[in-house]
Amino acid sequence: MANVKFVSASRVYAKGAPPAVDALDLDVKDGEFMVLVGPSGSGKTTALRMLAGLEPLDGGRVEIGEKDVTFVPPKDRDIAMVFQNYALYPSKTVAENMGFALKMQGVHKDERARRVREAARLLDLDDKLLERKPKALSGGQRQRVAMGRAIVREPQVFLMDEPLSNLDAKLRVQTRSQIAELQRRLGITTVYVTHDQVEAMTMGNRVAVLAGGHLQQCDTPRQLYDNPVNQFVAGFIGSPAMNLQTVPLTEGGARLAGTTLPLPTAVRTAASQAGLREIVLGIRPEHLHLANGSGPVAGDVMLVEELGADALLHVRLAEDHNLVVARTEGRKPPAPGQQVTFNVQPDDVFAFHPETGARLVG
Amino acid sequence: MTATATATAVPVRDREPAGLRVRRMSGQVGWGVLAWVVGIAFFLPVLWMVLTAFKPESAAQTWPPKFVFSPTLAQFRLVFSGWGPYVTHSLIATTVSTVLVLLLGVPAAYALSVHPVPHWRDGLFFFISTKMLPIVAAIGPLYVIALKTHLLDSIWVLIILYTAMNLPLAIWLIRSFMLEVPKEMLEAAELDGAGRIREIGEVILPVISPGLVSTALICVIFAWNELFLALNLTVTNAATMPMFLISSVPQEGLYLAHLSAAATVASVPVILVGWIAQRSLVRGLSMGAIK
Repeated sequence: MANVKFVSASRVYAKGAPPAVDALDLDVKDGEFMVLVGPSGSGKTTALRMLAGLEPLDGGRVEIGEKDVTFVPPKDRDIAMVFQNYALYPSKTVAENMGFALKMQGVHKDERARRVREAARLLDLDDKLLERKPKALSGGQRQRVAMGRAIVREPQVFLMDEPLSNLDAKLRVQTRSQIAELQRRLGITTVYVTHDQVEAMTMGNRVAVLAGGHLQQCDTPRQLYDNPVNQFVAGFIGSPAMNLQTVPLTEGGARLAGTTLPLPTAVRTAASQAGLREIVLGIRPEHLHLANGSGPVAGDVMLVEELGADALLHVRLAEDHNLVVARTEGRKPPAPGQQVTFNVQPDDVFAFHPETGARLVG
Repeated sequence: MTATATATAVPVRDREPAGLRVRRMSGQVGWGVLAWVVGIAFFLPVLWMVLTAFKPESAAQTWPPKFVFSPTLAQFRLVFSGWGPYVTHSLIATTVSTVLVLLLGVPAAYALSVHPVPHWRDGLFFFISTKMLPIVAAIGPLYVIALKTHLLDSIWVLIILYTAMNLPLAIWLIRSFMLEVPKEMLEAAELDGAGRIREIGEVILPVISPGLVSTALICVIFAWNELFLALNLTVTNAATMPMFLISSVPQEGLYLAHLSAAATVASVPVILVGWIAQRSLVRGLSMGAIK
């Protein structure tokens, strides 16, 4: 067991190019499940590869268990990695694949077989499968073998690079909870990379949101959702995404769809201190509450997406003509073309600086 | 799902307009005929050689060639009575040089692909550039070197030269196969703690083995068929099968049937090896296409 630390770790791929990872500072506690999430090109995979030792550092350092491993070769870092395409050895059987690292460490054959069987049992891999080649396995089984290969090593840290992205949607949801559950049971520190914010939210103890090589925010899923520090995190976390619009400031609030939405005093003070005339307003879809013709925010329904339990309304707002998405209960949603109005609680409204994207709070 | 659909629906072919169908069919027939003509044109000399090998010497000389004759194995008996040393030399030179090529080619290809050494492009170009010069240009120095090192007319001179001759091509081929090995698999091996030797032996080679087989086959064919170097650097102690063909031509008299029989015998081994390895060959040469 060990904690993991990035200390202003940087990676520059080409001279003159912006760094893929720019001075990353991140603390992963012992036994924690840390998810790195971000769009493609955010540097999340590079950060993971730096931790694995597959990518050299151009600045800063990486620590595992309080020990600086920046110049330690991958095999001596006591880590195990699960790759996106699993990277199983096609010519070896499942058992040989899982036991290969132990064989390289010179572990005795019997001990190897014992640990492979143990890992297989942990992952519900049938004993019959152990003698098969990866070619003869389904996608889900291959994924579990890749997990097994990591588990067998009993490493200090698990590294996982989008391990679920090659599975179909149903299996992905299933495996997602299995991996999270397994990690809690084994208690091994895990750094998990994904571009899927739902995966990030459901699996991680904490989630680090990256964009453009910079760490935006690292916090629990709940905190990321309720208290995003900037516009990027607010827009990235949550599905469907938060409605973000640039709106003019008025006396006592912000102007949206021909009406004035009151803003908390702290936000107004912050905006006036920054000398802003407009702000970016953020409202989550579930915070647009349908009001039977009496709400202040009005618009026309353009499209209704019925998800079963609830429905998503795509609404073109009056006056601004901007599109917003609202989540309503799914039984009797308004029909396309219908006029609707919404209530919005002032406390549910987020405000961001239009240029820096930083959250405006007092 | 298609079974139920075709049971009730009219097949698409039956609904095709007649004119379109004639055009399509005639096009197919045209290409088919052309393919056969080209194929037969290529095969004709081989057929002619094999047929002639079974003719008595007198019947082999007639023009136009006779296709009806009483076959005889007399020429083959003659060939088999004299081919012993030649085929032995060919087998040794071909096998040993091919093994050497693979032993040297695999690490060289590795150093030019998986973990490229500095200036790997220059290295790669150097290897292929050795094939640009006509071999005739080098035969003078080669002869002198062989003479001074007492390798003239020894099997070793052929082994060394065939290895050198096939190595550049083999390195290029093996390198291209190694480039196909998924990067993540090599990284997984690195994380698993496999060193260079284990990485090559346990991870890379099993994956590229079809490619290695096809590389070996190409080396075998080139070495087996090589005549120029053998002719100039050997006389009797290391003379190979292609030289046997030449020696089958007597100073006087009829020899066409005898030569054909010798040529047929000389062709059989490479055809046999190619036939046995054909599955591997196709898989090897199209490795990138099959995931």
